[in-house]
Amino acid sequence: MSAVAPPVGAPLAAAASTRRLRLIGLAVLLVAACALPFLVSNYRTFQFTLVLVYAIALLGLNILTGYNGQISLGHGAFYAIGAYVAAILMDRMGVPYWATVPVAGALCLVVGFLFGLPALRLEGHYLALATFALGVTMPQLLKNKYVEHWTGGVQGIVIVKPDAPFGLKLSPDQWLYLFTLAITVVMFVIGWNLIRGRVGRALVAIRDQPIAASAMGIDTALYKSLAFGVSAMYTGIAGALGAIAIQFVAPDSFGVGLSIGLLTGIVIGGLASIPGAFFGALFIQFIPNVADQISKAAPWAIYGIFLIGFMFLMPMGINGAIRLGWARMRHRHSKPAQREGG
Amino acid sequence: MSVKHLLASASAAVALALAATPAAAQKKYDPGASDTEIKIGQTMPYSGPASAYGTIGKAEAAYFKMINEQGGINGRKINFISLDDAYSPPKTVEMVRRLVEQDEVLLVFQTLGTPSNTAIQKYMQAKKVPQLFVATGATKWNDPAGNPWTMGWQPNYQTETTIYAKHILKEKPNAKIAVLYQNDDYGKDYLKGLKDGLGDKAKSMIVAEVSYEVSEPTVDSQIVQLHGSGADVFVNITTPKFAAQAIRKAFDIGWKPVHYLNNVSVGVGSVLTPAGLDKSVGLISTAYLKDPVDTQWATDKAIVDWTAFMKKYYPDGSLIDNTNVYGYTVAQTLVQVLKQCGDNLTRENVMKQAASLKDFAPDTMLPGIKMNTGPKDFAPIESVQLMRFDGKTWVRFGPVISADAN
Repeated sequence: MSAVAPPVGAPLAAAASTRRLRLIGLAVLLVAACALPFLVSNYRTFQFTLVLVYAIALLGLNILTGYNGQISLGHGAFYAIGAYVAAILMDRMGVPYWATVPVAGALCLVVGFLFGLPALRLEGHYLALATFALGVTMPQLLKNKYVEHWTGGVQGIVIVKPDAPFGLKLSPDQWLYLFTLAITVVMFVIGWNLIRGRVGRALVAIRDQPIAASAMGIDTALYKSLAFGVSAMYTGIAGALGAIAIQFVAPDSFGVGLSIGLLTGIVIGGLASIPGAFFGALFIQFIPNVADQISKAAPWAIYGIFLIGFMFLMPMGINGAIRLGWARMRHRHSKPAQREGG
Repeated sequence: MSVKHLLASASAAVALALAATPAAAQKKYDPGASDTEIKIGQTMPYSGPASAYGTIGKAEAAYFKMINEQGGINGRKINFISLDDAYSPPKTVEMVRRLVEQDEVLLVFQTLGTPSNTAIQKYMQAKKVPQLFVATGATKWNDPAGNPWTMGWQPNYQTETTIYAKHILKEKPNAKIAVLYQNDDYGKDYLKGLKDGLGDKAKSMIVAEVSYEVSEPTVDSQIVQLHGSGADVFVNITTPKFAAQAIRKAFDIGWKPVHYLNNVSVGVGSVLTPAGLDKSVGLISTAYLKDPVDTQWATDKAIVDWTAFMKKYYPDGSLIDNTNVYGYTVAQTLVQVLKQCGDNLTRENVMKQAASLKDFAPDTMLPGIKMNTGPKDFAPIESVQLMRFDGKTWVRFGPVISADAN
């Protein structure tokens, strides 16, 4: 790894202090996240579990769309595969819930990679349409009579909610939240490493300058397929965790609305940003509820107004807006200091 | 009168006696009930693919509003919390958990959709919260032993097609049957009822079996395909939009089978008028509710009352949509159960009273159709009547048929 060294001197110290600040911030956030289920009701804990689930899925989609520039309108399909892998393994084969998560991830990695290979020939809108087809098809495939024996067809599969292990005095919701949180942290650390490293730079290079990227020796085809596979893996893991939290899978759970919702989430949260995944997840989890509170007659119209409002006020997503706000604040703070110095 | 009815009436009498005695002595409440209010929760698809059914929740809310204006139930006002689940099971789980854990409702009423209700059923049993009168015709809701906190309401899908099967066997024993069905739980439940009803003859009599997806724009090609099979009986298992298309297309290509149409799509205003009333002549179906557009009920007191109710409490609602009659009728059933509960508003007593309906017959149901439940019978409406469309109105024929009789 040939990380470009930052310029020496004062900026280095500044970068180090920012880094330290960021680490402290992250640690505080993590402690708060761990404390959360003990402060709110089981119902809220369950909702925040879903936020974490969506955050993992959004990070996955962001690797593909935000960093690599490939639009997918069909990630709901990978989410569904992950969910069904977990449900089938638990219900039909008696596999413990925690063991289903890596299996779901591995299977989605393979399926995503294989789907990515032919899809590579399609660029931009054409790829979006191909993935859209995948998202539309998935609910029907799950109902197909040849797989009905496994998937439970239209009736779906009901799964049992896991209890806290080792005799811990936690409610199932609290335990599931902490379990999901642990996986979320692992997935985000992996994602962060991937994106900050050579692979991440290659992905961004392919997005911005595909010809220059291949001229520099990046195997465009391989990286694009890999991005698809990794992205599907994240979404599949999220699907498995979502199924365990909801305790039920059915084709109707994974309609095309889910795929569109995920795409909405990354745009609202902030394209090509890691914390954006959390903001996007909060949006897709809570805004439809708020919209329903405001109007029963047209909840999606209210949702649409929120969407337009967010895009109009924060064109770079929530994360972009926060960064901009942070930069402005620092700018304002640094001005008086300069005056004193001058 | 069967043994079952005797048992039902006996248990109802016992239940009433039990309910009446402590009521005089003390009031008993579970979460969601108090001296002043009864909290009831619901999820409905106000948005999403099944949003056409959202009007049921609105009609029910309007009915409860009327009851509240009239003084409530035994002096208690109904606080009805109806939330959107967009017909997505994960959302149903989330919303029902909110209703039970945060809003603390006494019971959940008329949650709509087979997948949505399946998703919450286990949770409702674990929490011991009534999941009353679910808005789906799937056969599995009548399971008092396995799921004592869940109860259906409408006649189930399998019963209905079993009745058609018996009718076909009687009228046209050598029929060649073509089936069109929606590729989901609802369509497959109906199909199973038909095959069960035909018994051993199902294999030889059903000559064509074609499905469609809800997302398809039309079923025209399916109709052409079924016509090509040479069938002379057509069992049409479709939701309103597709039912109208199927009726019109079959007529237009000159296919004249004996045409059985499922009860889901018997609306004169919502299905037959768009299909063409002249093209709908001869359709056979079943019913248990009065259709507001059907001219034979134009001066019927029940429909006149219903129209007045709609105009006052739900003015945005459609007066030609028979699902608004459905919502009005099922809301009456819940009010009846809560009345029977008296001052004992525990979840256990709610289930007990729901299982003690005795010949309850709201006037919007067809004459002769009554609701009966018991500790081992969680299916309130089990009888329907066959009817034939004459170009203007549905003409009922034959006796009221009960599932037990089959």
